[in-house]
Amino acid sequence: MMLVRRFLPQDTKFDFVSKRLFAYALTCVLVVGSCVSMATKGFNFGIDFAGGILMEVKTKSGPADLALMRSTVSHLELGEVALQEFGAPDLILIRLQRQEGGEQAQQVAVVKVKTALGEGYDYRRTEFVGPKVGEELIRGGILAVVLSVLAIAVYIWFRFEWQFGIGALVATFHDVITTFGVFSLTGLEFNLTSVAALLTIVGYSINDTVVEYDRVRENLRKYKSMNTYDIINLSVNETLARTFLTGGTVFVSVLALLLFGGEVIRGFSVAMLWGVIVGTYSSIYVAMPILYHFDLRSITKGKAAAADVETGDEAS
Amino acid sequence: MRIETWKLVLVALVFSIGVLFALPNALPASVRASLPSWLHPVNLGLDLQGGSHLLLEVDIKAVFKEQATSLVETARSQLRKESIRYLGLGASVDGIHVTIPEPEQREKASELLRKIDPGTEMVVGDNGAVALRFTEFSIAERRRAVVGQSIEIVRRRIDELGTRESTIIRQGDDRILVQLPGLQDPEQVKRLLGKTAKLTFHLVDHAVSPQDALAGRIPPGSEALPLADAREQEITRSVVVRKRVELGGESLVDSQASFSEGMPVVNFRFNGQGSKRFGAITVENAGKQFAIVLDGKVISAPVIREPILGGSGMISGNFTVQTANDLALLLRAGALPAPLTILEERTVGPDLGADSIQAGKTASIIGLVFVACFMVLVYGSFGLFADVALLVNLVLLLGLLSMIGATLTLPGIAGIVLTMGMAVDANVLIFERMREEFRLGRGIVSACTAGFKRALVTIVDSQLTTLIAAILLYQFGTGPVRGFAVTLAIGLFTSMFTAILVVQLMITAWLKYARPKALPI
Repeated sequence: MMLVRRFLPQDTKFDFVSKRLFAYALTCVLVVGSCVSMATKGFNFGIDFAGGILMEVKTKSGPADLALMRSTVSHLELGEVALQEFGAPDLILIRLQRQEGGEQAQQVAVVKVKTALGEGYDYRRTEFVGPKVGEELIRGGILAVVLSVLAIAVYIWFRFEWQFGIGALVATFHDVITTFGVFSLTGLEFNLTSVAALLTIVGYSINDTVVEYDRVRENLRKYKSMNTYDIINLSVNETLARTFLTGGTVFVSVLALLLFGGEVIRGFSVAMLWGVIVGTYSSIYVAMPILYHFDLRSITKGKAAAADVETGDEAS
Repeated sequence: MRIETWKLVLVALVFSIGVLFALPNALPASVRASLPSWLHPVNLGLDLQGGSHLLLEVDIKAVFKEQATSLVETARSQLRKESIRYLGLGASVDGIHVTIPEPEQREKASELLRKIDPGTEMVVGDNGAVALRFTEFSIAERRRAVVGQSIEIVRRRIDELGTRESTIIRQGDDRILVQLPGLQDPEQVKRLLGKTAKLTFHLVDHAVSPQDALAGRIPPGSEALPLADAREQEITRSVVVRKRVELGGESLVDSQASFSEGMPVVNFRFNGQGSKRFGAITVENAGKQFAIVLDGKVISAPVIREPILGGSGMISGNFTVQTANDLALLLRAGALPAPLTILEERTVGPDLGADSIQAGKTASIIGLVFVACFMVLVYGSFGLFADVALLVNLVLLLGLLSMIGATLTLPGIAGIVLTMGMAVDANVLIFERMREEFRLGRGIVSACTAGFKRALVTIVDSQLTTLIAAILLYQFGTGPVRGFAVTLAIGLFTSMFTAILVVQLMITAWLKYARPKALPI
């Protein structure tokens, strides 16, 4: 059998560290661009965070007359109303802004819309999030993202050294910001599942980083006289095949989600697809070069006595 | 490398248990019915099976306000009885406040006020200002009681509707989460939960003329209440009733909707004590009007034509069949101690749920095929080993989710698909390591052993970080997103088990029986 693995280049000797300035520049551009987009364009917040009302309706016969529905609903004077096709011509998503007048007013608006649209529709989904819950969800979302980034950095710090923790922290921070940037730039709806996607991206990216850091640690012990520059390059190259193969499997599984998972989780799938790419990039081009700026040798010298060098020849 | 018996037994055991618990998901409902109760398919979230999720908040402030108002009344009558002068007696959310202008009366007033409610503490300010504040303890106690009682009433009302398998649980301090699987239109539930349904019987104050009422000249012991069918702002259509509650809804034992002269009405029956009391009132006040008041509005104010001693009565208002049924149900279930507000609603119709399940299934199968093909294309027979492990992983994951009664949501399915992509990472790490070790000149058996051994640390390290993200997501997420966190976390454990142990057994067996000379990757 012809194995793809055999065609992958072996013993690559790419010099990743030398491209670090270019990588830093690109990283900065991505981060700054994301920030600019967030500041100017903002987000398309879903009702989880913005509050308001969301209804998914299906016409009982034929494709929906979007224009008619739009005028019917906008005549109710319920403030900003958005209608859009949702994956099929007979599926329409209706979005109303949060109604003035507290939680009760949301209920009234839902009933108004249903009455105005009449009998010709099935209500596949009705969601409303009042102001209180919306605020709590925002707080919970922010807390979850911040804490997970910190917790992961602390974990790395404990398992490795603080220099690695900083590298992981910066890389993760980069992943989070640029993912926010993608949401902002594309106008992809940002909701609770987006937070789930964000945290999964963080998890995936760190997973990648850890594998590479692990190799750095190992090589530091193995090649006592090699300098940091070479150690980093060697480690990235040695793990390169794994990085791309795992990226590949995750990518194809996310692709299946995007193509067949349906409209409801499309936002999640798009974000994850981006995450696989950015996570792979940040491990190689952000998390690793940062280590170059620390004197990694000093760590191992101090611990050389304590750390027992691994011996592996015990085949049975 | 040899096949260790304990590993074989462990894998066989875990796999059998996984199959056993995953099995109900594959069986048709008819077969499932005959299974023992601990064997059940995975719970589907409301986003997959359709249904309604309502988050309610108990308006606890209303309770304290009411309590404070009644404290004001008590304080007023006590102070008057002792001829103590007072100024600015009023209620707030946390208690009442009053000023005693005469210094020599202050001590006596304090003594009086201190006694009126043991759940309050006194705060003495300057110039005779006195406040009674509810103590932390009494607030907490009261909150607990009120929310508990509210949950009970909500449960009774929903049970009366005949909704099956509803979940009603307390969330946080003063919230109630209601989950109604299969319910398509929650309008009726919302309508029923939107009413406190506090029913009271009052005597109508005949001494106040309609003109007086309009001009606001109403004596302290009476109040003007709007008619239930009056439109807002229509103050002319109100009834002046005595504030004193003659009888309350808690004295009812039954109520039913029925018809009288072709109009929908609600029949009710008092309990023993209520019957006596009602009898006495009707005897004393024959020829006068009494008012039936629901949530501060007068439903009807009939004239008492003759004493009613049987303990049953009838409310006729402007009812439709629907509203009469609703009222009868509300009276049967009892009044809520405080108003409820709907903070969040998520209703998914069964069609969308079914579509989502279908989409999830399709995505899972295609995802599995994609990943499986990928692995075989890259690693050949070793890829096949990884694919077998992946299938075992899926069975274990489904079995475990079913066993612990976790709820599978659409994001949860996404988590499963994602887990498949990430699960083979462990195998990729192991296989890559084997290649390296082999190329360094080790023998094939030695290379395989070292591959597993050396990759293990990396696998654990890298999976734990994803677990941290999953745990935090569970902690701070709600509903469907929690479902995602659960599948992701469980998937991590099952995949580590299968990708390492199951693949190791397969490769060991392969080494033993195929006796290969070179690594096939």
